[in-house]
Amino acid sequence: MSGIPHDHYEPKSDGEKWLDSRLPIVGLIYNTIMIPTPKNLNWMWIWGIVLAFCLVLQIVTGIILAMHYTPHVDLAFASIEHIMRNVNGGHFIRYVHMNGAALFFFAVYIHIFRGLYYGSYKAPREITWVIGMMIYLAMMATGFLGYVLPWGQMSFWGATVITGLFGAIPFIGDALQTWLLGGPAVDNATLNRFFSLHYLLPFVIAALVALHIWAFHTTGNSNPTGVEVRRGSKEEAEKDTLPFWPYFVIKDLFALAVILTIFFAVVGFMPNYLGHPDNYIEANPLVTPAHIVPEWYYLPFYAILRAFTADVWVVQLVSWVTGGIVDAKFFGVVAMFGAIGVMVAAPWLDTSSTRSGRFRPMFKMWFALLAIDFVVLMWVGARDTEFPHDWISLIGSAYWFAYFLVILPLMGVLEKPTTPPATIEEDFKSHYPDAK
Amino acid sequence: MFKKLAITAVTALTLSVGGVAASESGGIHDVAFSFEGPFGKFDEDQLQRGLQVYTEVCAACHGLQYVAFRTLADEGGPALPDDQMRAYAAQFDIYDAETDEDLPGKPTDFFPVGGDENAPDLSLMAKKRAGFHGPYGTGLSQLFKGMGGPEYIVAILTSYTGEEKEEAGTTFYENTAFPGGWIAMSPPLAGEDVDFAGGASNELEHEAENVAAFLMWTAEPKMMARQHAGFVAVLLMVLLSVLLYLTNKKIWAPVKGKDFV
Repeated sequence: MSGIPHDHYEPKSDGEKWLDSRLPIVGLIYNTIMIPTPKNLNWMWIWGIVLAFCLVLQIVTGIILAMHYTPHVDLAFASIEHIMRNVNGGHFIRYVHMNGAALFFFAVYIHIFRGLYYGSYKAPREITWVIGMMIYLAMMATGFLGYVLPWGQMSFWGATVITGLFGAIPFIGDALQTWLLGGPAVDNATLNRFFSLHYLLPFVIAALVALHIWAFHTTGNSNPTGVEVRRGSKEEAEKDTLPFWPYFVIKDLFALAVILTIFFAVVGFMPNYLGHPDNYIEANPLVTPAHIVPEWYYLPFYAILRAFTADVWVVQLVSWVTGGIVDAKFFGVVAMFGAIGVMVAAPWLDTSSTRSGRFRPMFKMWFALLAIDFVVLMWVGARDTEFPHDWISLIGSAYWFAYFLVILPLMGVLEKPTTPPATIEEDFKSHYPDAK
Repeated sequence: MFKKLAITAVTALTLSVGGVAASESGGIHDVAFSFEGPFGKFDEDQLQRGLQVYTEVCAACHGLQYVAFRTLADEGGPALPDDQMRAYAAQFDIYDAETDEDLPGKPTDFFPVGGDENAPDLSLMAKKRAGFHGPYGTGLSQLFKGMGGPEYIVAILTSYTGEEKEEAGTTFYENTAFPGGWIAMSPPLAGEDVDFAGGASNELEHEAENVAAFLMWTAEPKMMARQHAGFVAVLLMVLLSVLLYLTNKKIWAPVKGKDFV
């Protein structure tokens, strides 16, 4: 599968040969789990396994929850309480599912920022990166759909606000919003289709994950130096790599066990810490909550959505140029999706020939600022829009775009990178002088 | 670099939560409830006293529609003896759809909904209100004090000033813990409203704490089971982590040229 020379599966017994000539599935599994993996991977390369685990965890707990949940506006909220009170172990399964979504997003953000720092998105891994971004978008959609299902106040009003974003699209917005909701407002039809799609999308994600893995198994893993594995011969490649099993499987499982220790502490002792109390109030279309706040993992992009108000000159300019077709609301929607769009485009915006941020002194600082920016946007996304929060979100949003659209392209020209080690073997030996 | 990033991300997690604060309301004090913290436990006697306050005072207007009578006998709850639970259920008249008449409540029936449609159901009150938020939307106070739902209930019950005003035919009572400062609920407790068995204190503050603890149980009846499961899970994961740590160390030792002892 991978372009790195390595041993292949050879069927030995008659039975193995019989199966292999009809369906070479054992060989596929062998090649997948024995893939030569750069031996200098650090602890930032464990999040893929955490994410795969999260997907399985969410699907398994979700299927059980779906057995007891009722997607009807009059019954949904009560069916959640039924799960919490009367279903054996239901309270624990639901809290695992709730907090599992948080762990999923926590892991995906670190995974994405790892890719951004170590230049994992650069050639030849652009397809891996773009599929990863599609997975992330599908996760956002799934998380949003799932949050509507308990039919609490935040569910209802979150759904109203987010589907309203589509209503901001010029000309077709209103029709599109009605089509999405299945009616003029969030109601039973909306809840039913959201339940259906919330069940469907994880399987789409699973398929995308398979492509994601296929893609990076073709190019080989990236690594902290950004130096490629030598591929001249099997012997040469083996100096740079180790098979995924057992070296990285055990390493990743160890990291997963540590993360799950913390996860189960959260589920067991503070399961509602990341939630919003208002979602324990049943949805009421007649009462708007004082603050409508999305879940924490949407907040950076929610902040970008809200940053571009009608008094920002860029918004006014665009509105004037387009004859009012692009108003502040639509501008905000475009900015929010654009913020993810510029991430998707990172492989083509980054002009530096040095892959890893480890050898890019200027890049390091701008990247650190981006990570801080992300956290600040997350914080300000949950605040009101009064001064100074409006300015903080505007500056934070501006930096997000500036990083991808200006700083990344310019740095490739302006920056003088330091020299990476010649081989992965050399890097590994610099950490472990006694290594063979 | 990435350690820093991980730290910032963890901070982000904690930061983002508190921002969800509803309107700031003063005068909510932390109460040292027995059920707080990872090893907290509901105090059966306190829950039974809270049930008594609920039954004699709150139930006049409010309901507990998600709570089944049978759960009053559950371990990790008020743990009423079976006969007492049945007798408690039987004092309510519950509509029976099969016979189309009101029959004495059975253990499998649920508490009736409230008589006053303006009085919210109390089943989840301790989870749908947060007493603590911040500072500055960081969520740190919740990390140490909890969400503060029961504390909010205590504060509401004890923060009436005695002032009243009438607006559009409704009487509002000044309450410093209520967002906006004026609440439509007349002061439900004045102190010495109920007589507890065993002569437990029935001062206002204690009545309020008892009923707040009871409402925490109605909101989270499986709390003790959950904490126990969480504790076992954490213990098992720590054990698994140690085993995997040692396994990892052993298989990498020859590659790194180190000795595995």
